[in-house]
Amino acid sequence: MICLLSTRRFLTAAQIAATVPGYEHDASDPRDHEAFQRKFERDKAELRELGVPLETGTDSIFDSEPGYRIAAREYALPDIHLAPDEAAAVGIAARLWQHAGLAAAASSGLAKLRAAGLEVDPQATLGVEPVVTVDPAFGPLTAAARQRRAVTFKYRVPEGDEANTRRLEPWGVVCWRGRWYVVGHDRDRNATRCFRLSRIVGDVRAVGRQDAFTPHEDADLISHVARSSGPIARTGRATVTVRPGRAAGLRRMAVETVPGTDGDRLTIAYGDVEWLAARIAAYGPDVRADGPPELRESVIQHLKELVARHERVQPAVTP
Amino acid sequence: MTPQQRGAAPRASADRLGRLLNLVPYLLARPGIRVAEAAADLGVTDKQLREDLELLWVCGLPGYGPGDLIDMAFDGDRVTISHDAGIDKPLRLNPDEALALVVALRMLAETPGIGTRDAIERALAKIESAAGDLADAPVAVRLPANQEKLAAVRAAVDSGHALRLTYYTAARDETTERVVDPMRMLMVSGFAYLEAWCRRAEGTRMFRIDRIDAFTELAEPSAPPVGAVPHDVSDGVFRPGPELPLVTLRVGRGGRWITEYYPVEEVRREPAEWLVTMRVTDLGWAQRFLAGLGPDVTVVAPPELVERIRSQATTALDQYAAPQPAAPEAGR
Repeated sequence: MICLLSTRRFLTAAQIAATVPGYEHDASDPRDHEAFQRKFERDKAELRELGVPLETGTDSIFDSEPGYRIAAREYALPDIHLAPDEAAAVGIAARLWQHAGLAAAASSGLAKLRAAGLEVDPQATLGVEPVVTVDPAFGPLTAAARQRRAVTFKYRVPEGDEANTRRLEPWGVVCWRGRWYVVGHDRDRNATRCFRLSRIVGDVRAVGRQDAFTPHEDADLISHVARSSGPIARTGRATVTVRPGRAAGLRRMAVETVPGTDGDRLTIAYGDVEWLAARIAAYGPDVRADGPPELRESVIQHLKELVARHERVQPAVTP
Repeated sequence: MTPQQRGAAPRASADRLGRLLNLVPYLLARPGIRVAEAAADLGVTDKQLREDLELLWVCGLPGYGPGDLIDMAFDGDRVTISHDAGIDKPLRLNPDEALALVVALRMLAETPGIGTRDAIERALAKIESAAGDLADAPVAVRLPANQEKLAAVRAAVDSGHALRLTYYTAARDETTERVVDPMRMLMVSGFAYLEAWCRRAEGTRMFRIDRIDAFTELAEPSAPPVGAVPHDVSDGVFRPGPELPLVTLRVGRGGRWITEYYPVEEVRREPAEWLVTMRVTDLGWAQRFLAGLGPDVTVVAPPELVERIRSQATTALDQYAAPQPAAPEAGR
């Protein structure tokens, strides 16, 4: 490797074998030679994985056998100058990964940056640190999105019974509220779809050629995932009576609390009457819904259903 | 030979090669560095670093003269590269390295409550430019949160003082006052947390920022005891242990989402429903939570929880048996 780095000429496999300790072998012995070739191929693959671009070619038309050299321009990390606060940010970013594979990639990436002269303070913090975890599908999906290759995977929605095979042109991967999604063109539905990575069952397989599609013109990936999650308008005002010292969870939702004889009278701002009614019902006799009437009716309905469902359950309980 | 063993040797040699290739530019950038300091910085032992240096020393191309050999000068325990044989720069980032760094920086830049967003964005731009095409990572990140509250708590944590919290504990449905010694702030699965030594519980606790209803900065400094160990949150914040009670639910289609949001032990398909088993910290919490999920969730075990839900709902209904005291219905 070092021998390749320090030469500007192409070296043939035989020349490399003659130079590099560990590559000695008897080229006239077919089995020995084959073993060398396997080793040589494996080492080449390893170099490419490290980020070393191996060029193949010859120095002159008289060389019959191809030689190898490292493309010096492509090999090197471009100059990078980071201010101390920028270096601190990179150092912190590199240790956020909890996923083993990407944690290793982050630290070997950081090692290269440090070799380029970056000074990192291992003690530095930035106040709030995100814990970065990803699902197993993250790697294959980002790779496919970068190469613009289509993918297939099995996908199971929780309400469904069976995992279905989906075919997707992945535009990119999105982290929204701590969960990962892939956004792209669903070939079967012929429409833009997003899929939650945690629902993907088994492996993601890339299919077909590279550059097989072009992502949607103004593909703002986040907007496909986040569009339904606007703020809830809490325009309703509920009045509930809460036993003293109980239902702390409801109390902290109150916009007003007035102590009373039979309990504390809370005013709660709400958006969805059913949601609030279910919560009030779950507090049992600690909370009484006084109004508006639709809330009161809904709470009564929820309570009746709770009784009915859990009465039926009794005989069915198995140890 | 097992597959692992077959894979291990080449991996180790690739790791070493990667290290060697970084070592020359690293030393070039830091002439006269102490071997011990470099070793500590690079996360290897002194002995390992000296072996790497010896190997580098003999590297080069025989027959091409001394100019093609890496040369270095030792001065006591200090080392300086005097000839780099063309290895003056580290390798460029490979796709995984570029992805890991760029995505983590984007995550940092998006994390609410971070003070130095500007530095993160500058760093991100430079890393992206160094990574070239590879930096065009098809990954977007958005971590919404209550910015003002997070920033306020962070400023209080930065002050280095102990804090008095008014904190809502969902498991017990109670709001309590406690004094804590802040340790760090985290963002896990979309929620922001303060991790601190809780003087009341005498243990390390994770406090969800949205459940801190109020806080005051105390005059005394934050002083978590030496034994206060941060949680391992790589598998999420709540990891139910086998000592916690098991609860079994019958879940309809509309309630199936809970298995994606809460850790569950088992999901079994029944003809028309699912039978879900989960561990809960507290049966009281389970009652409030599960009874509040609506008609798609029925508790089937343990029997005391089933009975508690049924009897409490029955008692609650009695409250509505009498005509409503207030006036609103009279007008209808």
